[in-house]
Parts: sequence; structure tokens; C-alpha cells
Amino acid sequence: MDFSFSENQQIIAESAADYLAKVSGTAAVRAAMETPGGFDVATWQDISSEMCWQLTHIPEAHDGLGLGYVELCILLEQMGRNLLCAPFFSTVCLGVNALLLAGTDEQKHHLLKAVAQDGTRLAMACAGPGRHWGNEAVTVEYETTSSGVLLNGVYAHVIDGQTADYIVLAARRAGTRGNQGIGLFVVAADHAGIQREALPCMDQTRRQARISCTNLELDAEATMRNVGHAGPLLEQVLSLASIGMAAEQLGVAEKVLELTVDYIKERKQFGRPVGSFQALKHKAADMLLQAESARSAVYYAACIADEALRSGPLASELHESASIARAYCSDAAFVNAAEALQMHGGAGFTWDFDVHLYLKRAKASQHYFGDGAWHRERIARILLGETA
Amino acid sequence: MKLGFTSTDEAFRDEIAGWLAEHLLGEFEHIRYRGGPGDEHAYFRERRAWEQAMAAGGWIGVGWPEDMGGRGYSLEQQVIFHEEYARAGGPGRVGHIGEGLVGPILITHGSRWQQQRFLPGILSGEELWCQGYSEPGAGSDLSNISTRAVYDAGKDNWSITGHKTWTSLAHEAEWCFVLARTDPASRGRHGLGFFLVEMQQRAITVRPIMQLTGTSEFNEVFLDQAICASEQLVGEPGQGWEIAMALLGFERGVSTLGQQMMFQNQLNQIITVARRNGATADSQIRQRLAQAHIGLKIMRYNAMRTLSGNMVDGSLNRAAMISKLYWSIWHRELGNLAMDVLGPEAEVAAAQPYELTPLQSLFLFTRADTIYGGTNQIQRNIIAERSLGLPREPRMTG
Repeated sequence: MDFSFSENQQIIAESAADYLAKVSGTAAVRAAMETPGGFDVATWQDISSEMCWQLTHIPEAHDGLGLGYVELCILLEQMGRNLLCAPFFSTVCLGVNALLLAGTDEQKHHLLKAVAQDGTRLAMACAGPGRHWGNEAVTVEYETTSSGVLLNGVYAHVIDGQTADYIVLAARRAGTRGNQGIGLFVVAADHAGIQREALPCMDQTRRQARISCTNLELDAEATMRNVGHAGPLLEQVLSLASIGMAAEQLGVAEKVLELTVDYIKERKQFGRPVGSFQALKHKAADMLLQAESARSAVYYAACIADEALRSGPLASELHESASIARAYCSDAAFVNAAEALQMHGGAGFTWDFDVHLYLKRAKASQHYFGDGAWHRERIARILLGETA
Repeated sequence: MKLGFTSTDEAFRDEIAGWLAEHLLGEFEHIRYRGGPGDEHAYFRERRAWEQAMAAGGWIGVGWPEDMGGRGYSLEQQVIFHEEYARAGGPGRVGHIGEGLVGPILITHGSRWQQQRFLPGILSGEELWCQGYSEPGAGSDLSNISTRAVYDAGKDNWSITGHKTWTSLAHEAEWCFVLARTDPASRGRHGLGFFLVEMQQRAITVRPIMQLTGTSEFNEVFLDQAICASEQLVGEPGQGWEIAMALLGFERGVSTLGQQMMFQNQLNQIITVARRNGATADSQIRQRLAQAHIGLKIMRYNAMRTLSGNMVDGSLNRAAMISKLYWSIWHRELGNLAMDVLGPEAEVAAAQPYELTPLQSLFLFTRADTIYGGTNQIQRNIIAERSLGLPREPRMTG
């Protein structure tokens, strides 16, 4: 048993931190927030063609680096710390994972190569309007035609949907419910029948779009594996994505603690640093507890994600460990950001201090792919042996 | 990163599990799962006999170095040992203070004489230890110790006078390690000594403290010119605080995973109740059961990180620093959850006049978890100052 970073993993973390300090400092984040697409195209080009981060866990057979999910989470943690504005999460944690798990050989060959060579951006659309995520939230329906399938319906919150080159679509066979009748499709974002509407977002560091499909005609080339029975595949993709987002949330939880500790060491009232008062120290200690525990949850889940991607002996723990990580990290990131704002006092309420950017990211992140309560209910079903 | 254990370690797991299955029988069958925190008063004589059975099997001091009479097992093997012990329902150890605290501190800080005199008694399960740290005026402010030790050059021994409290096992233990002031002019962390004091002497009186559970696990210990030979002072006069702190570092070690196995047993019991009485239909109870499960899993991952880091020498890293705060909050809430899952049933005790059920004991005893061994408020001060480098609270002077 060894639950610590290897030397290589340590190097990846340090070099990612150095790189992101250069390309995703406060000024860069605030500039990217103002752009129409929500990210700096040159930075994305640099990340995808120079750093090649999007290739981290893609197998070498598909021109990837063949590293693991732990390495990917190391990068995502650093991106969360720096609020990197880039379509990385959508491309890798959603798009690439969907291709790895559900792509046909043809789709993997074609699209993973595009991701590797051209910085092609991916997104995934699954949930319809409403509070839920997961299979039960898929509302877009497909019907089989003589030449393929026809999709109709609306996806409410598609991360980076507006700027993606290709989109993975989850739909259900008309008339099915829950886990039944799920199919996955992958299609060029500018395909006829797809209408994309960029949504203005409270968290300006991550964009989402509303995507409508109106008589969207897709052929066999667009159809991913196990059509009509892809519920378990979709659930796996969402669990992998959840682990990735938990890693980002860990970065947020840690970074706001550091910002706060620095601030309360400097800020003086009553003739002494406010950080010498127990009222603030105790909050800071609780924030450290949250961040350290989030770290344990994320990297355990990342190890399990590797098991799942490589069909290892612990692969069956994927959903449980993803929900543990997400339930904990969603709350940890938000609670820490909220406490950080409080401990910054009035300064935390200003536009100029960065705390609000983290608070907004933390709140938005809580609701993607299931909030804490959703994941706890999933754990409860596992715990009580109620899973089908 | 690597989850799981090697095949050598798994073979060791089979060995200890097999030994426990063969020996936790007969006269020891009824003390399985007994004598843990909140239940330390139960079956004392049988548990002392069990300690000696463990010793005969060579299972005491498995993590101690071989030249000190231990078995020199790796950290992983010690973890496995504690896990299997808890899984088998091994009773609360009466020798844990000697094995887990006194042994390690004598191995690192003791004289050759002290090692030869005291380690064998711990390893044979024949000499039990208790801890003389807290005093009525030295709780959270532990260094405010007023127990005094006076050196008599003629007799070459120390005479110790003071009042210790919250001393578990004091009425059963042969020995006590006592923190006492060797320099009467000193204050705080300076001028303290770390003494190994024999309990069987007329100058020592032990008085049990009745707890809110109606039972007594802790005692007050009154020392009135208790005698301690000079070779029973560990280190030098004035080094007491340093040694006491080094000893606390051993407390957060490999046994945490065993503790978690016990927590898992308790959570399982609560889930069984919830299934039986229909509490699982309540969405709030479902959320809290899930939260408890999540919390326990993460406690385990935290411990795995701690054990993979630089814990071997007893020094603390960040994941270790939060350990006490984390588990005490989790466990206290587990006790609370147990009551809420039971609902009105939670009120009914096991027997007259005041015999509590195990879950009632859990609920009440876990209220102490966030107090003993440094209150959560003290833990937060320590975390904020040592891990985050926040400035110390200005101290009262004069």
C-alpha cells in the first residue's frame, strides 16, 4: 500500500503549478472571462499542442500519453486552483472518457487523433431541463429510421457546448425511462438540426450552452456502442467526470484557504493580525480539515478510476468512490469559499479580490453531475443494498 | 499510488486472522467486542488474562524493533494486525498504554536500564501502565502542571506530590508515567520531568470518577510524597515536556485503522437497526447514513495517506494533524445518528437501575471524544498555528 505521489507525479504537479501561474493568473482569468467564448484561444492551443495535457490518460495506441487518472486529477486540481478558463474538462473528462468507454474503433481512431493533433474540442450533452443528472435525467429522445436515428429535444446545461467542435449526445429511445433505452451519439457541433445557444453564467470562468435538437438525423457513423443499452456506459462516463470535477473542487478548496491565511496574517485590527484571533483560526483549521479530506477522497477515487478504465480488481468501486469524492468535495469547495469570503471581511465582497470568483465556481460546480444530496442518496442505495 | 497490499502482507493477514480465530474462544469468547472506549470497565480480569494470551502468542510489540524484544513488523503489517484484531472483535486492550506509548518512548528516549527493566513487563502483558498528565488545573493548558517532584540527594530518589486526573486504568495498573515539576521556580513547559512511578505504594490514592454513563473508567490519582527512584526519571530534569510531546506523537499511528474497523462495526449496527425499524424510508436519515459512510471512508483514506507519508518517526504531517479533530466529530455524530435512527426506542435502557444499551453508551461516550486528548478547540489552535502558521494568541502575563 502506498497512497502518496510518486516522484514523477510530484513533478507533474509542480510543473503544472508553474505553468498555470504564468498562463492563468488573476489577470489572465479576468481577461478570459470577458471573451465571447469564455477562454483564451492561444492558451488552449498552447495547452493542447505544447503541454499536451488533453492526452494524459489516452492510451498510447490512440496517440495519447498513456498515463493514469491520478496524473489527470493532478492537472485538474491545479486547474481548479487557478480557475483555468479552458474547454479542458469538457474535452477530456466528458468527451474523451465517452470515447474511451463507448466509442467504436472508428470513432476512437478518428476523434482521439483529432483531439491529439489539432486540439479539437469536445463536449457532452446529457441532462434535459430539471434538477437531476444521470440516466434518469436524459430527456432527449431518439427514434430509429431507415437510415439511422432521429433526435429531438433539449439539453439544458452543456458545459462548453457553444465552443465545442464535436458533441457527445445522450438520448433515450422514445417511451423509455430511467436506465432503459439510453443511446450515445457523437456528432460535429455544426451538424444540421443542432441549435446552440450560449447562456450567460454567474460563474464566468466556466460557460454552458443550451442545445436543441430538431429532427437531428444521425447515421451509424455517429452511433456509439451499445445503443439502446448504453445506460451503464453513460453512468460510468459521468462518474469519471465527477471524479475529475472533484479534483478541480479540491484545488478550489485549497486555494481559498491559502488566500485567506495570507490575508488574515497581514490584515490587522485591534493592534494585531486578525489571524491571531481564535474565531478566525478555528475556521481556518476547519478549512484545512476539509481540504485535506477532499484530497484523500479525490486521489482514492482517481486510483479507482484507473482500475475502472483498465478493468482492474477494484473497478466495481467506481460509482461509490465517485459519489464519495463528489459529495465531499462539492461541499468542501463551497464551504471553504464561503468561509474565505467571510474571513476577508468587506474586501471579500469586492470585485477586485478573487474570492468571489472561487465562490461562484464552487457554487456552480456543486450542481453539475449531481449535487451533494444526489450523491449521498446514491451512496445510501449502495449502502442499503437497494441498487438494481 | 498503490491501493491494496502485497501477497506477503496478505499472508501475514491470514496468519493473524487465523491465530485470533483459534484463540478468541472458550474463556475469551464472551469478551469479544468488549472493553473498548466507553466500556473499559468491563471484564477487566478476563482482559488482563487475554493480554497475557496475546503475549504468549508473540502479538505484543509487533511494531517494536527486534533488538527491543519486538517483531520489527512493517507499517503495513502493523496496520493489518490492527485491522484483523478489530475485525475479529478483539477486546479493548488493557496493555495499550504500555505497548503504544511507554514502550515507544522508552525505546527512543529511555536509558538502557529503563528499557531492560520495563519493556519485558509490557511484552509479557504482566505490567500495565496508566498516564499521569492532566490535573484539575492543567487540562487544555496542559503545561500548567503543579505536581511537584523534589530530589532527595541522600536517598537518591524523587518525592512526588500532586493531584492527577482523568487517569484511565489507574486502579489496575502497576505503573504510571507522571509529568511533574522538578524546578519549583519554573512555569509552563520548562522545568518538568517525566517519571515512571510505581502505583503500589501507600503514598498513592486512586479515586474513580463517575461519568455521565453511570460507570467509571477514569480516576483521580492523589500523590502524597510518592517515591520514585532516580533511575526512573526518563531523560533529564527539565526534559519532561519534550518527552511528553514526543509520546503524544505515537498516539496517532497505526492503530487508527483498527479504530476505524470498530467504527465500521458500530455503523453496521446502526444500519441494521434502520432497516429493521423502517428508518431507511426517511430521506433525512438516508442522507445521514450516507454521510456517515462517506465520512468513515474518507477517514480511512486520510489514514492511508498518513501512513504512506513521513509518519514512521512519529512526526506529524497535515493529514495526521487533522486526525483527532476529524474522527472525534465523525464519531460524535455517529452516536447522535444512532439515537435518531432508533427514535423513541432510543430512550429505553437495557435494565434497571441504569444499565445502558450499547448504542446509548455510544451516544453518551462520544460526547467525550471531542474533549479528551485535547479538546477540538485546542486541536484547532494547534492546526492553525503549526500547519497554517497563523500567529499565536497573545498570552496573559503576570
